[in-house]
Amino acid sequence: MSLTEKDKAAVKALWAKISKSVDAIGAEALGRMLLVYPQTKTYFSHWPDLTPGSAPVVSHGKQIMGGVTEAMSKIDNLRGGLLELSELHAFKLRVDPSNFKILAQTIMVVVAAMFPNDFTPEAHVAFDKFLAAVALGLSERYR
Amino acid sequence: MHNNQQGKMVAWTDFERATIKDIFSKIDYEVVGPAAISRCLIVYPWTQRYFAGFGNLYNAAAITSNPKVAAHGKVVMQGLEKAVKNMDNIKATFTELSTLHSEKLQVDPDNFMVGNAELMVLGPSNVCVCVDDVFHNCVVLQLLGDCLAIVVASQLGKDFSPEVHAAFQKFLAVVVSSLRRQYY
Repeated sequence: MSLTEKDKAAVKALWAKISKSVDAIGAEALGRMLLVYPQTKTYFSHWPDLTPGSAPVVSHGKQIMGGVTEAMSKIDNLRGGLLELSELHAFKLRVDPSNFKILAQTIMVVVAAMFPNDFTPEAHVAFDKFLAAVALGLSERYR
Repeated sequence: MHNNQQGKMVAWTDFERATIKDIFSKIDYEVVGPAAISRCLIVYPWTQRYFAGFGNLYNAAAITSNPKVAAHGKVVMQGLEKAVKNMDNIKATFTELSTLHSEKLQVDPDNFMVGNAELMVLGPSNVCVCVDDVFHNCVVLQLLGDCLAIVVASQLGKDFSPEVHAAFQKFLAVVVSSLRRQYY
């Protein structure tokens, strides 16, 4: 399911609309993920506060979207362009890759809630493919 | 408080009950149902497998304007509404659906082909009798659930808070699990 030129154009068009709000999107998405899919809390047991809106959640959500922003700049080579991030997730964080899909879904729910008119079905399929490709890039170094 | 006669029951908090009923009172079934189904068919095109008899699904515009897709979206919402009205008995609610379906299967086995639109029958009390295949495949139900969450989020905006989202996700998970049929 590689990104076609049409997909990339759609993702870039959506990104143009949402990029000013990436920090907020990240914070929301992460907070939601921990609440809606509580099994993901296991990766953050060292945080004092896992509730939506808490300081570690907001800060880390920003960091995550920083990674997604970087992926946007590497959209033509997600497999090879995220190797450093992949090594981080593979060897240090050891996040099970199935969780990337979960976070992708919560990111998209937040985007849908914040930008209902822009997150059309066409934008949705392209963005879903993009986030799946990012997940694949992050999984590259796992084994 | 909860009827435990049927063994392991899902425990709903007061917040979850109120939230689910609130969501379903706020959303427009005529909009959300069709939007969720068409989004699923567009975003996850392999799910079109289950809609082979529905006519033109060639592109997003065709899917969005397809009347059979829209009709089925409403049927799905009616099914979910049944679950909302019977939150302590969701499994039993959908067992009823399954029984209705297998009885139909005995009577008209020729009508039950995958993708045959005729099998989307509205039985007594307008309950949908869906293809067995869909109910076995909880992955497609999960995909539809994800699309439903996104459509509801876009309808409710800020009202779809993280807590509301969590309650909705739990409701969907219970529905999907109740519809799944065990092979073993």
